Parts: sequence; C-alpha cells; structure tokens
Amino acid sequence: MAGILAERRNRLIALKKMREQGSAPTVEEKTCPSCGRALADSDLAANQFVCPYCGHHFGIPARDRIRMVVDDGQFRELDASLVSTDPLDFPGYPDKLSTLRAKTHTGDAVVTGIGKIGGIRVAIAALDTRFLMASMGAVVGERLTRLIERATKQHLPLIIFSASGGARMQEGIISLMQMAKTSAAIQRFSDRGGLYISVMTHPTTGGVTASFASLGDIMLAEPGALIGFAGPRVIEQTIGEKLPEGFQSAEFQVEHGFLDAVVPRARMRTTLIRLLSLHKKGGAEHVG
Amino acid sequence: MSDNLVPVDVLTAAQRVAIARHPGRPGVAEIVDALFTDFFEQRGDRAATDDRSIMGGIARFHGRPVTILGNRKGTEIEDRIAFNFGMASPEGYRKAQRIMLQAQKFGRPIFTFVDTSGAYPGLEAEAHGQGEAIARSIELMSSLTVPVISVICGEGGSGGALALAVGNRVIMLENAVYSVLSPEGFASILWKDASRADEACEVMKLTADDLLELGVIDGIIPEPAGGAHENPQALFQVLDTQLSRELEELSKMSPTALANDRYRKFRAVGTTAVKRGRV
Repeated sequence: MAGILAERRNRLIALKKMREQGSAPTVEEKTCPSCGRALADSDLAANQFVCPYCGHHFGIPARDRIRMVVDDGQFRELDASLVSTDPLDFPGYPDKLSTLRAKTHTGDAVVTGIGKIGGIRVAIAALDTRFLMASMGAVVGERLTRLIERATKQHLPLIIFSASGGARMQEGIISLMQMAKTSAAIQRFSDRGGLYISVMTHPTTGGVTASFASLGDIMLAEPGALIGFAGPRVIEQTIGEKLPEGFQSAEFQVEHGFLDAVVPRARMRTTLIRLLSLHKKGGAEHVG
Repeated sequence: MSDNLVPVDVLTAAQRVAIARHPGRPGVAEIVDALFTDFFEQRGDRAATDDRSIMGGIARFHGRPVTILGNRKGTEIEDRIAFNFGMASPEGYRKAQRIMLQAQKFGRPIFTFVDTSGAYPGLEAEAHGQGEAIARSIELMSSLTVPVISVICGEGGSGGALALAVGNRVIMLENAVYSVLSPEGFASILWKDASRADEACEVMKLTADDLLELGVIDGIIPEPAGGAHENPQALFQVLDTQLSRELEELSKMSPTALANDRYRKFRAVGTTAVKRGRV
C-alpha cells in the first residue's frame, strides 16, 4: 500500500516537472463540461486531467496519456516521422495536416512505441483527438500495424488507448482499408498468443470501433467514454427520435457485454500492471 | 469482351452511383440463380435471430461445393423492408461468421457478393455491438484458410461492406462503387451538407477505375451498356468466366498460403500513402 502511495506521489511530481518544462499536458477547457465548475489548469494536471468535483475525464494528448501509465521515462516512440502523402489529392488536406503537425508535434493522430509498465516491456499506442478527431487514415493504420507486428515478433503485450471519430474522410477508401490491415495484424498477434489490452477513451466510434479497438483480449474504457459504431447524430436521424440518456456510454457497453470494466484514470496504471502481471509467463512473480 | 459489353467510360462518378443503386440491378439472389446450382440457404446466427439482409448458404459452382454470402436488398417493397434495404445488423455479421467458419471446416471456397450502403445505424444494432460484429468479421476473414473471392456488385459502403470483402481477390462490377461512407454521409460529415453528395462522389475516388488505380481492388468486370440491369445475362456470362478463373488460380494455393496471401494483400494497401517526413 505504501508502495502504491509513494509511486503515485512520484508520478504527480513527475507530471508537475513535465508541466514546468513546458511539455506539460495543456487543456483548453477551463470549465468542466460535465459539472460546469471552473477549474485551474494546474489543479487539473495534478489530478490527471480528471475533474476533482465530478470525475469528468478530460481528453488528453497521446504522449501524455502514455506517460501517465508507463514507468517514469520508460517510453521510446517509433515511426514518429511517418506522414501522409495525401493519397486522394484531397482539396485543402495537405494544408490542414501541416497546421495540425505544427500544433500537436505529432505527424498524425496516433503515437506508438515501446515502454515499460511495472517493469514489464509493452508495445503501447494512444490516439490523439486533437488531430482531426483521431480519425484513422493511412498513417494511423501503418503506425499501429508496425507496432502490432513488432509486438508479435518480440512477444510483447500490446496496449492501445483508442479514441476516434472514425475513418479519415480525406483519405477515403484508403482509410477504410486500414480497418482490414490493423484487424488482420491483431489476428496474427493473437494467434501467436499475444495479450492485447484495448482501452477505449472518449469518444471511440466508427471504423476504429469496428476494427482493432473491439478486438482486445481485455476490454477496458474510461468512465463516461462514448463508444459506438454509428455516432449519436446518425442514429437519431435513422430512428427519428432522441437517444436515451447514457446510450453508448462506457457504462452502457459494460451492461451490454462489450467491456470487461470501466477504469477511472487514477486506477488505470495499477489495473494495467495487475493484468500484465497476470499474463506474465512463468506466473507467480509479484509485480508492483 | 463480347460486342454488347462496351464499357461506357464517359459516366460521371455520380451517374455510376445511380446505376449502382438501380432497383433492377442484379443482386446476390439473381447471381446465385444464374451462376450456381443446388443452392441451400443457411439461416440464423445460432444465438438469437436470422438477419435476412445477409444471405448465406452452400451451392455448387461448376460442380464444386462452395459457400456463398452476400448482402441482399430485394426488389419488391415487402422484400426491401424484410431485408432492411440491405443494411445488416450485428446478428447478420455473426451469421456470416459462423457460415465462414463452417466453410473453412469443410474446405469450401467462399464467394461474397457485396451490395450495401452500410451497416444499419439503429438503436438495437448499436446495443448489440455493431462495431464488434464488424471487427470480428474482418478479423476472421483475414485468417481464413480457404479461397475467398469478393465481388463488389452494387454499393460497397463503409465497414458494413468491408466486413464481407476481405478476400484474396476483390473484384468490382464496372458500375459498382466502394467507399469509406455513402456520398451523402461523406458530404454531411465533411461539409455539413448532405445535398452536396454529387460533389462528394467526384472527390471520393469511389469508382472501379479509381480503386483499381489505388490498388484497393484486383479487377473490374465490364457491364452491358447502361448498366447490369439492362442485360443481366450478358453480365452473368462475363462474371462466370472471371470467377472460374480466379477460383482456379486460388485453388492451387495451400491453406497457409491463402491466409498469407490475404494478409500481404491488405497489409500493402495504403503503404504508399505514407512517407518519412518532417513533423
């Protein structure tokens, strides 16, 4: 118990240091969209970007999300320089990409790499909603597939924090094909005995829900995350009525049998450590 | 190519979308009637229900037992309602999965005929895991050890189409379309204006020619002038020849080679859409 508290304190100090160095997670919302209270950035950061009053989980940039769960400093990013070639010559798309690259310092909507969690090496990825709603185009598909293939080869557990508005419209059919590519890679990984923990964060929809994000051995989500294939607006247009409260929430998905657990951010790292440890080859070793 | 099969390459993408949606366009039921014998329909997901928008079963193709799956839209209004206008529910994809697994068990090649505007975006479909059902179909198809030949016959819309289209060979009828979303949905998401669908058709690269160029499909079946509905028999003839040829080629491959071939095929799509660059 003391170990956990010490670890938590260290992580908070580390986060604070990150913030002071300027690489800190910044959140534009100062008002909690859920309870409406005004929140100072520093308070939010100290609380892993969860509203201290109502528990609302704010969206966070991919690299920060990974830092929050890996052992301090234990993450090496891969394929960071992969960018889109604009395969459809889509009007205005290259400019949009340059602007977002400059703003987010990621080449696209996913960050992938190798890290350590509780001393266990893992292949880990997180999608970033700041980048065109974390839509999946060729770069997202390719970076993820390379990570999955590496995890397969090196027998590493795989953890993907999903979030997505769906397919990248500007890459059209190429985006759709990333669903097949990533799912096929997961299938091979799984077939060779790999552990895949899928964590769905707000919102996970469309082609990402209908591919790799739904294929975890263990399915987790953050509280209140919207999870579905069709978005709420499309469903409402189809059925001609308002959706019931809480429809497609993470809690709804647990009740309907599609998730194992809803895990608050504060418990994500310890949950991952427990799950990784339960799947450790050789078994009895105690972790964390 | 016979004389009455002159490709009309002057059609706009929007015109092809209209032909792809023509109510008289031959679908999986007509194709099965014309090209296959001894068809036995297999119904139900073995869990709760039978989604009739997906048709599946066993038949013979040139004497050889094969498995058939396809989206069914229906022609008469009663059928169209019963088939939910070709939009499948999760139960439909789960039915498809059990039928594919059975095909693998008995070593039967699989033909899929895709014609759907997309998976059904309804309340129950969501509550029953539309996303999970599609993901599992894609995952399963990618691993099958029997030959899989997918034909995009009419509309190939979104993940709902891809869930039946992870084939060793993916071929398109000349006027079929295949896209990440319906043109209406695309215009609505990108420009917040569904009425700009025709414009969307032009930028989406959804015609057979576009997709062949992008490396998404392997071949195009020419249609009679004006579209397949003008002379279905002419289409069936060419389709039959092409499907026989594809099946013959794939039948030479071992089970492992078939799964590897499919993996490599889908692994490669879009690899030229990324490059090393400065971030």
